[in-house]
Amino acid sequence: MNWLVRTFSCSVAKKQFMAVTGLAFCCFLTTHLIGNLFVYGGKDAFNAYVEHLHALGILIHVAEAGLIIFALIHIGMAIILYFQNLAARPVRYKKKSNAGGRTLASATMPYTGLFILVFIVVHLVGLKFADHSTTTTFDLTASVLSQPATLVFYIVAMVVVAFHVNHGFWSAFQSFGASHPKYTPIVRGFGILFSVVIGVGFGFIPIALNMI
Amino acid sequence: MEEKFINLTLKVWRQKRGEKKGKIETYQAKHISTDASFLEMLDIVNDDLTIAGIEPIAFDHDCREGICGMCGQVVNGYAHGEEKGTTLCQFHMRRFKDGDTIFIEPFRAKAFKVVKDLVVDRSAFDKIIQAGGYITAKAGGAPEANIFPVTYETGELAMNAAECIGCGACVAACPNASAMLFVSAKISHLALLPQGRPEAAKRALAMVRTMDACGFGNCSNERECENSCPKNISITNIARLNREFLAAGVLSTAM
Ligand code: HEM
Ligand code: SF4
Ligand code: FES
Repeated sequence: MNWLVRTFSCSVAKKQFMAVTGLAFCCFLTTHLIGNLFVYGGKDAFNAYVEHLHALGILIHVAEAGLIIFALIHIGMAIILYFQNLAARPVRYKKKSNAGGRTLASATMPYTGLFILVFIVVHLVGLKFADHSTTTTFDLTASVLSQPATLVFYIVAMVVVAFHVNHGFWSAFQSFGASHPKYTPIVRGFGILFSVVIGVGFGFIPIALNMI
Repeated sequence: MEEKFINLTLKVWRQKRGEKKGKIETYQAKHISTDASFLEMLDIVNDDLTIAGIEPIAFDHDCREGICGMCGQVVNGYAHGEEKGTTLCQFHMRRFKDGDTIFIEPFRAKAFKVVKDLVVDRSAFDKIIQAGGYITAKAGGAPEANIFPVTYETGELAMNAAECIGCGACVAACPNASAMLFVSAKISHLALLPQGRPEAAKRALAMVRTMDACGFGNCSNERECENSCPKNISITNIARLNREFLAAGVLSTAM
């Protein structure tokens, strides 16, 4: 058993935990986005989709439990890595330049991650755990997103998610060691495309809700 | 390019031996030939400092031809200076303009303690090599060279990784002070060749564990290392380390 602890507590293993959980969130984002597209079908189509989703019963609870466990791992590792990285350079440079590798997305991973965490809490409290007894999910969502401050917060959060995934997607492949002259350019390209689709796709939903 | 003479203002990190703190001092570098290397410029400044009764600036160097890995400072925020694929000793003053101000700092990492001024202790790299950066082979007469078939492509990849001179610029450039590029170069050049395979799993685990124990940071795939490495070591080696580690940790019998 000792080997298990010794192996999984290594820096590389921690990054691989970040990578599996991060890619799992990317899958979640994909399904969540596809589901949310029912908004464009109007109130009845969206509410029908929500009904279908809830009718999955136990499957939904299993998925939710999985997401919570993965979130705890992802965030836990992020916190450990962040503080270890800070400690690894106790004296900072007076002058530091970018040699050409770092991007805005890669440099801001801990901060965009933290923002996403705040968003998730607000999102769950505001929509998932809100009182659904007197209203439908569509009406509830539309009314929450009709407040200008919430609307702006949601759109900003989706841009932030796009940044996080922009670096995170290919980074996860690299952390697993999946690097290949044929496939890595495709993974990189797809990561950028995916982040744009996520940002634009989710970002327009609150706007669309206010127009329907 | 025609030789010119330029004057510069240097902001140099000074730290006495045995002391934990240091500070930036300002010196003038006068009448520096643009044909001088960066280290030659420091030699000239040190002559002036000595004459003025000031302790010369201590810095590491040896071959001065880009092969030993001894030199290395962070110049204007770039490890080994701004030029790509170049050690500091091969970085020339023609890259600067008359009147420029240059910041000169030591490689910064918890695992690289400052010994004095710009000299840092990189023996953490030796510890990582001692943990597994070698093969166990019987000494004696050289075996027949073609006994192990190695394709040209694989040989090139191994040689590219073996180009690492252990200078530590990757650590200095990394926003997290991670040593992954160095360790991955060492793991790769052995893992790619048949002679390195028997101990590959043990090596990957031992070198990564030692790297962690030395206090280096974690890789965030920022790619600053490969952009600062004087030998252009690629992060594809880091990917290889990551999969060697995964295979060693999960599939091999190595503990
Ligand atoms: C929708 C939610 C999220 C998705 C899709 C996501 C995705 C990812 C992916 C794919 C990676 C790359 C893993 C790797 O390089 O191996 C990553 C890294 C990271 N994530 Fe997330 N993440 C999400 C939420 C969060 C949250 C809530 C936090 C923090 C509170 C966070 C903090 C981080 C940090 C700090 C890293 C960089 C770790 C490093 O490179 O050292 N993420 N994320
Ligand atoms: S990988 Fe490059 S920067 Fe790092 S120690 Fe080797 S030669 Fe120096
Ligand atoms: S002094 Fe040998 S590499 Fe620069």
